Amino acid sequence: MTRLVVGPFNRVEGDLELTLDVADGVVAEARVTAPLFRGFEQILKGRPARDALVIAPRICGICSLSQSMAAAAVLRAAQEITPSPTGLLAADLAHAAENVADHLSHFYLFFMPDFCRAEYAAAPWHEAVAARFRAVTGSATEKFLPARTNLLHVVGILAGKWPHSLAVRPGGTTRAIDLGEKMRLLSAIAELRGFLERELFAAPLEAIAELSDPAALELLSENAGDFAAFLRLARSQGLYRLGVGQTPLTSAGAYRDTDPERPLFSAGLFDPTTSETHDVSFDAMTEDTASAWLSAPPVHPSAGETRPDTEKPAAYSWAKAPRLAGRPVEVGAVARQAVDGCPLVRALIARDGGTSVASRVIARLVETARVTLAMERWARALDLSAPFCVADVPERDGPVAGLVEAARGTLGHWVTIRDGTIARYQIVAPTTWNFSPRDAAGIPGPLEQTLVGTPVGDLGARAPAIQHVVRSFDPCMVCTAH
Amino acid sequence: MAENFGVLWLQAGGCGGCTMAALDRDAGGFAELFSLGVELLWHPSLSEATGAEVRDLLDEIAGGRRRLDALVIEGAVLRGPNGTGLAQKLAGTGRTMLDWVKALAPRAGSVVAVGSCAAFGGVTAGAPDPAEACGLQFDKEVSGGVLGRDFRAKNGLPVVNIAGCAPHPGWIGETLAALATGLLTADMLDALGRPRFFADHLAHHGCSRNEFYEYKASAGEAGARGCLMEHLGCKATQAVGDCNQRIWNGGGACTHAGFACVACTAPGFEDGRDFLETPKVAGIPVGLPLDMPKAWFIALAALSKSATPRRVRANAAAGHVVVAPQRKPGKARP
Repeated sequence: MTRLVVGPFNRVEGDLELTLDVADGVVAEARVTAPLFRGFEQILKGRPARDALVIAPRICGICSLSQSMAAAAVLRAAQEITPSPTGLLAADLAHAAENVADHLSHFYLFFMPDFCRAEYAAAPWHEAVAARFRAVTGSATEKFLPARTNLLHVVGILAGKWPHSLAVRPGGTTRAIDLGEKMRLLSAIAELRGFLERELFAAPLEAIAELSDPAALELLSENAGDFAAFLRLARSQGLYRLGVGQTPLTSAGAYRDTDPERPLFSAGLFDPTTSETHDVSFDAMTEDTASAWLSAPPVHPSAGETRPDTEKPAAYSWAKAPRLAGRPVEVGAVARQAVDGCPLVRALIARDGGTSVASRVIARLVETARVTLAMERWARALDLSAPFCVADVPERDGPVAGLVEAARGTLGHWVTIRDGTIARYQIVAPTTWNFSPRDAAGIPGPLEQTLVGTPVGDLGARAPAIQHVVRSFDPCMVCTAH
Repeated sequence: MAENFGVLWLQAGGCGGCTMAALDRDAGGFAELFSLGVELLWHPSLSEATGAEVRDLLDEIAGGRRRLDALVIEGAVLRGPNGTGLAQKLAGTGRTMLDWVKALAPRAGSVVAVGSCAAFGGVTAGAPDPAEACGLQFDKEVSGGVLGRDFRAKNGLPVVNIAGCAPHPGWIGETLAALATGLLTADMLDALGRPRFFADHLAHHGCSRNEFYEYKASAGEAGARGCLMEHLGCKATQAVGDCNQRIWNGGGACTHAGFACVACTAPGFEDGRDFLETPKVAGIPVGLPLDMPKAWFIALAALSKSATPRRVRANAAAGHVVVAPQRKPGKARP
């Protein structure tokens, strides 16, 4: 048995360290460490309730609007107001732009550069892949960064700037746009479609959104485009069998869409071992601190505490371990699409025996196509004669929750307000779920389970398989321990 | 050909948002920097190198075996809990970021704090400051920080503070470009180490709500078009930054989008309370424009309020324009 400490583990958002016990060239045990603690739950406590709109987004520079959306949802619940439907649609549109930008940043900036590494230099595909996806200098970066800039214009128009806007409020959004701005939104989304159809998919978005079975995916892999290049790598490098995850998958439901009764992506719990879907209730969750440098009993976040304790001998991370009905849960695009019934993602999970490096990436890109199509509908549907925001009213006392789907999965804020002041603020972020450490029962978190069995051969910490498995989750470590 | 200007970028106790802003190409992102000779020795979000490759690079720089032209730190340096620095270890190295910053800064040609966290502590240092966060050379507005008030980088400059939360991508790109080309001198920094090309302005300058400000036609609720200063907490007349003279994300800016400036370029902005409401004494806002005598402000405000055109007053309370500019009957429309 050899122990490897892997870090700094970069091209993820924030700080990440792994400790791997390797036997006979495969990972036997994995421990994942979130090495950064800032204490946002303590910083928020004692402040006026609405100051959460200023502080919470600053938890994260890449999921900033997701944090804004969750904080606004908390205040909306406490104010018991009916927000402007137009403002909600505008907020969803800005949020969708952030989420798509994150999915694409993951693919182009974080994930694909691993295939350019020297460890792959002998592969027949290496030269072409490296020319396209090499970190910083690859030709894809040249194309992607302007496309990302253009996409974030959607946020600029609707919410002023990115990251860290204050435009999303309990009652809607603060900027009522005019016809010229609506046309600029449509144009920015049209440019996004152009980039996706030209560079990423080399196919119409509708065709990607409707992909239903793995055989269609194989046909597509012979296309031009960056998605096809990934599909060929997925097949040749065995990425469908790598990083297989079998924990339940969950989603809180994403985007209100134009029908408030039915979100664009539904909420639920999907069991990858049986392909059954169930309703999900986050009332049945706890956050466990057995392996965290924090001391608190395992309780629901509405009763949670945050108290650092760096002396704890068994601890190895700043992250708590959220568990749903006692079990670790995987969240993210693959969970959202499986829960929502995307036939392609469900077929891949059934065939591969769980989520995999490949299906996590594929789900993110299929979701990108589906969300872009929805953004086109929403931008057209924005009613320019309606108010975008209704006024705040005082927050009532008591516990409230705000749940949203960030790019990386389910994000929840559980807050208690007393006399207009925050008495408790507990945050459970997507990567808190995915990269949680062991709980008191010794059950490892989703990544820790998934890494077991990963081949490292003689390469040790340099093994590309480790890089692929970890990055396939698109971790956001600044959110994880916050 | 001139040698490249090698930049090592590390993320301390922050949110990563400064990096996300810097990637925004239409305001001078990384791609433009490369054309001026800036080379990323390593950046945590962008570089291929990982693990041992990075540890070797850090050891070489800290040991003086490799030249470092600029050390760029994003995020506050965490000294806690209880002075241990354990709130952030640099992954894979077993050493705290506090320790690494102290080891690397003396080796650097320039030291740059990107964002208000690295400059002053920022939101990470918000009360009760659980991680004992501070900036590289300031602890809120007090000179000192991790490196001490007398610290000078090899180029003779104190830490260059690209304040903002997050800073405009242009502030980041232009400052690094000015350092790479050797054009940034000590007189171009203000007393808080902020480049004066953006810090000599107020966020208010160029605000698209200017006419409402002139007439003190104020927004009463979120979403209204009026001036945000009187009721909704806007600090743009006190906060430095050329925010409203630039374009954010293709057309935005905080006040343009209808929300208050929270003075994110200022040390200690995180300790504000009720950010979205203007504190008042006897109905008069406490935070008046930076260098305006109070009596004059009150007199002018009263005068301009009494002269407010109906159009401006009506639009100030509405989300959309409800009254368009118009001349008196008989005159040609503008």
